[in-house]
Amino acid sequence: MKLEILNGHLVDPANDIDQIADVFIADGKVVAISKPPAAWQADLTINASGRLVLPGLVELSASLRQPGQEHKATIRTETKAAAASGVTSLACLPTTNPVVDSPAQVELIQQLSQDSGHCNVHVIGALTKGLKGESLSEMAALKAAGCVGVTNVLHPLKSSLVLRRALEYASSQALTVFTYPLDHELANLGCVHEGLTSLRLGLPGIPAAAETAALAFHLALIEELNVRTHFCRISTLRAVNMIARARQDRLPITADTSILHLHLTDQDIRDFDGLCHNLPPYRTKADREGLRIGVCEGTLSAICADHQPHEIEAKLAPFQSTAPGCSTLETLLPKTLQLVHENILSLTEAVRRITQQPAEILGISAGKLSVGGRADACVVDPEQTWILSHDNLLSRGKNTPLLDHRLKGRVTHTILGGNLVFRLETD
Amino acid sequence: MRHFLDIGKLNQAELTHILDTAKSFTSVDGQTVKKVPLLRGKTIVNLFFEPSTRTRTTFELAAKRLSADVLNISIATSATVKGESLLDTLFSLEAMNTDIFIVRHPESGAADFIAKHVAPHVSIINAGDGRHAHPTQALLDAFTIREHLQEFSRLRVAIVGDILHSRVARSQIKALNILGTREIRVIAPRTLLPANIEQLGVQVFQNCRQGLRDVDVIIMLRLQRERMQGAFIPSEHEYFQLYGLTPERLALASPKAIVMHPGPINRGVEISSEVADGPQSVILQQVKYGIAVRMAILSIAISTSDRKVSHET
Repeated sequence: MKLEILNGHLVDPANDIDQIADVFIADGKVVAISKPPAAWQADLTINASGRLVLPGLVELSASLRQPGQEHKATIRTETKAAAASGVTSLACLPTTNPVVDSPAQVELIQQLSQDSGHCNVHVIGALTKGLKGESLSEMAALKAAGCVGVTNVLHPLKSSLVLRRALEYASSQALTVFTYPLDHELANLGCVHEGLTSLRLGLPGIPAAAETAALAFHLALIEELNVRTHFCRISTLRAVNMIARARQDRLPITADTSILHLHLTDQDIRDFDGLCHNLPPYRTKADREGLRIGVCEGTLSAICADHQPHEIEAKLAPFQSTAPGCSTLETLLPKTLQLVHENILSLTEAVRRITQQPAEILGISAGKLSVGGRADACVVDPEQTWILSHDNLLSRGKNTPLLDHRLKGRVTHTILGGNLVFRLETD
Repeated sequence: MRHFLDIGKLNQAELTHILDTAKSFTSVDGQTVKKVPLLRGKTIVNLFFEPSTRTRTTFELAAKRLSADVLNISIATSATVKGESLLDTLFSLEAMNTDIFIVRHPESGAADFIAKHVAPHVSIINAGDGRHAHPTQALLDAFTIREHLQEFSRLRVAIVGDILHSRVARSQIKALNILGTREIRVIAPRTLLPANIEQLGVQVFQNCRQGLRDVDVIIMLRLQRERMQGAFIPSEHEYFQLYGLTPERLALASPKAIVMHPGPINRGVEISSEVADGPQSVILQQVKYGIAVRMAILSIAISTSDRKVSHET
């Protein structure tokens, strides 16, 4: 299969390209950029005039819900949604049932993803057995099976000693630990940011200190042990400042935030809108500004969707009883481009945050369009406006606070390993 | 006003209208036949997911005095956890052609959630949701204050105790602010004060003696015994020493000050018996006025939804 993408505006931060350029793809690889190879005859031509051509997006955190939670979503439905979002590589979490704490679960997920064939799926394994926070998972076996890292997600560890040993052991296996900085006791069953909204609605709040205290604690251990750690879903201004300082001190850390944290605040909860129930919670305007500065300055090097599809019923309850998390894959790109429209990020830096940098954090070869490298790409109409609706969301999870919102920028084509895996119907 | 979920959605004129309507119902209480036919043929469901004596019984009496049929349903939350979702419970009750649900639920936002999903002919009245709101309690408190001291613009009101967990306090603060109260104070140790409380338009005092000085109304809140386990306070004894309302502390307030409590009271924990049973206490009148205020709210809710239906048909 030979494919060419012509006349598009190619933005490939990893290769320092930002210009109108043609891309030529054969046998799953990029074979040339700008000038076609000798005797070139394409099977398929995509006219990308007026469009952006980007490396396939890399998503740091998508819950695919399979195995065990197929009522929420399946690998097939969510990888199809990924393709429609321009995402060609994603990392999935071990919070399945059973938990991904053994090679068998990793292999099952890999097998199902390959069968679906819509997105490269990388697995982040469990840091502790059953995510129970007590004993270590068999990390070497997980790594051998293909895990790109380990995490305990938002499940607490039993003690600081378990954390120390988990960090040390993961580092011996050269596995990145994906850490969600949250002091569970300070969070104390909270479900919103502790501030005006928690006061107004009488909902138990999660103070900013639940994040910063846990972060400080982790930083102390990381400084001592020199273990590579990635901090997931930073939500507060103060945590951004702490990470910036720690990075200046050359600690081996990286950090991300989610796309909705860059757009929403606790005020969006209005009168108990369960679709805005998320962990960590959406915080204040000052926090959102802090996150935007963090992303701009590179303290937060990646932006992720933090995709968490749920069945409708999961949100049909009083606020505190709703399941936290939003279905966000399909809004990652338009909401990232919105940061460009709002002059928070340049186009190159915005693309870098959702391609090159998450790929580096995951340690995978993706997020760039190098000649001779894998042909994972997407084509985007940056001017197209569309309304996000139940009907056009491909994810089985319809749980997004952006439903019925007008979005600008839409993926028109997604190419995975040289094959067209998504094409917008109206295109 | 189809639903009555939270005080904050109402303006001063609307609150005053409810209080005036309640005033007109206080006479029903004194009649030999304590009934008016306003709600004849209507079915009201007391839907309580949390135990309550005062609120449930005064709502029941209010409904009966308005000649409505009343159904009392108490559902332990564990029962809904067993399988039937809150919405399914709701839909099955709705199918019985009921007109008003009076809802008490341990979770903040439950009444709001139900109101969003209920059939258009049903009104929801919030009888307390989590820590969020207890609007009828706040209104009966405002009614009690008005009966005794008239003009809110001259009054200093102190609310003392567990503000953090109190839906009553949140609704009282809103109601008192809307009614133009001169000064609202909250008095509690920091562990029992929610973050940012001053932004609700209150003066914050951690010292009880300072906070009570010259106030016209003292509202004591109930201290739940579980708060010791949660490390909010060290002991009931120390709490009473610091925040309990004694005759000596009451003397710091204005000589005509009234003492209120939403009940049930913990004697010797937040209030001494001398004060609770003393001449300045209006705690039992609050209960009595509760019936008139709830009659007012039920009648207003029904007249709104009847008007709406007749518009639509």
